[in-house]
Amino acid sequence: MAKPGKHQLTKREQSPKNRRDFLRKSILTTISAVLGADIVHAATMPDGYVPVVLSQEPDAMKGKNPEMIIRSDRPWNVEARPHQLDDAVTPFEHIFIRNNGLIPEDIDASNWTLTISGESVQQEKTYRLSDLKNNFKPYTYRLVLECGGNGRAGFYPPTAGNQWEEGAVFCSEWTGVRLKDLLQDVGIKPDAEYIGYYGVDRHLNGDASKPVISRGVPISKAMQDETLLAWSLNGQDIPLAHGFPLRMVCGGWPASTSGKWINKLVVRNKEHDGEKMTGDSYRMPKYPVAPGDMVPDEDMAIIESMPVKSLITFPKSGAMFDRSKKLAIRGHAWAGEFEVAQVQVSVDFGASWKTCALKKPANRLAWQQWSTDLMFSQPGYYEIWAKATDSQGISQPMVIPGWNPKGYLNNACHRIAVKVR
Amino acid sequence: MKEKDKNPKTNKPLSNPNTQQLFKGLLVGVAGLVAVLMILLAAVMFFAFYDGSVEPGTAVASDSSIESKLNNEPFNGEVVDGKDVATGLVVGDGFELVRTTCTGCHSSAIILQNRFTREGWKAKIVWMQETQGLWDLGENEPAILDYLATHYSPEPPKGRRVPLRDIQWYELKN
Repeated sequence: MAKPGKHQLTKREQSPKNRRDFLRKSILTTISAVLGADIVHAATMPDGYVPVVLSQEPDAMKGKNPEMIIRSDRPWNVEARPHQLDDAVTPFEHIFIRNNGLIPEDIDASNWTLTISGESVQQEKTYRLSDLKNNFKPYTYRLVLECGGNGRAGFYPPTAGNQWEEGAVFCSEWTGVRLKDLLQDVGIKPDAEYIGYYGVDRHLNGDASKPVISRGVPISKAMQDETLLAWSLNGQDIPLAHGFPLRMVCGGWPASTSGKWINKLVVRNKEHDGEKMTGDSYRMPKYPVAPGDMVPDEDMAIIESMPVKSLITFPKSGAMFDRSKKLAIRGHAWAGEFEVAQVQVSVDFGASWKTCALKKPANRLAWQQWSTDLMFSQPGYYEIWAKATDSQGISQPMVIPGWNPKGYLNNACHRIAVKVR
Repeated sequence: MKEKDKNPKTNKPLSNPNTQQLFKGLLVGVAGLVAVLMILLAAVMFFAFYDGSVEPGTAVASDSSIESKLNNEPFNGEVVDGKDVATGLVVGDGFELVRTTCTGCHSSAIILQNRFTREGWKAKIVWMQETQGLWDLGENEPAILDYLATHYSPEPPKGRRVPLRDIQWYELKN
């Protein structure tokens, strides 16, 4: 949708200030000066946030494009609009943010360590960040990270969580050490089944003993060439909101498997049971269910590969042009663990489809660029729908796919509106 | 002249015991002034941050661990289109309770962007109690649920794809 939704959180407009507001802000400025603390959004700060501001987290919107949609500001959850994702390699300013807790502060990268432990390591081992950078061969991959709940807003009845539309996905370039090289260096036992991560983000309720999120992947995914412990995004240090100084990156799987601010990995001899691994978190029913059905936890299975999907990134929805124009449209397509085999577009709601040019991925698990030209013989209102098909022959549905209790995996076709004169 | 007869700051000789007496008096006076200023500053801070508008029955419990998790900032009364400007929450029965109880830990946007029935909201409260450290809401729970179910309940079904809406038309240049 081109315009901010009605439930979207937008930047607060400056309200007329009374004396008390002025007084309060002056005092805050003084406090800020005295403590040397960086007050988040000091200029537009909602009054209700004043007392907690001194313990507030870093400003996640710093360096982000102001057109990004803020779904929540505590914790920070921010998504891109489809046209902002036009680049083959997503720049920092357009990368979505999905946080479960508060962004950690005062990270000391020079003293950062990663400990690898758990019942299935030969012996616990701790590496400094510099050890990872200097003692292992670095690799760089473009990897699609998509929130498991991307598209949740399309489900009915509504499901709990961030009401993402299309933009909780990106494909950027990560550099780091292969997790498999690291595990080989540590030495793992034959019974190793799962990897779990721990990071240093802080719980919303201030309870420091409570892990915010601790997910992971099976050993088979951990051992893939493209599964990294990365310290660099698009050739720079990873931005703080995206996991500085160290992030586990598992392309093609729900982005929650790519843990941020990582200081500990555990090698488990069973499915990892950390925070948000169990219950109904990041899980789908094992069988199709009716909209609104209750599904017992034991009938829910962990999401692994994400489904086939595509975006139209040019033009932005709402384009108006003359009938004489040849419209060049383009976008990306991706398919979790698989490759995309075909992308088609329709301007008649799926009655007929046109096959698009499609590039090979830069590497496995990177999104692929598609493009085509369209001519319109008759003026009027059109919707352009895009549909990708993966190497297994599975396509995106045009309608919203099967409802599920947590609103995951909505990979319905993306569409834009255009007007031809 | 002995050291102790000099003014410690200017190092000038102090003329006589009377002057010394005066100096001591001045010191006490200045200290007193500073103390008065501190009290005044505290009072100003108090009035700036406290509107005195806590409704009776708003406090959930006296337990200090709960107290610290509440949003203790008083409601500033700024309301536009029936919504509290600071949080975006609809101002109505139960608003103050919801604002105080819920937005200490998380953004009000978490509430605003979701839609559930009363049972659905109850399930979210139970989930927060089981996994996120939310306390027993006691007699406040029905009031909170009433508020949420009244203002943030599911809208009519959307079908499997609704018409595109809010399209911002623009001239395509190239």
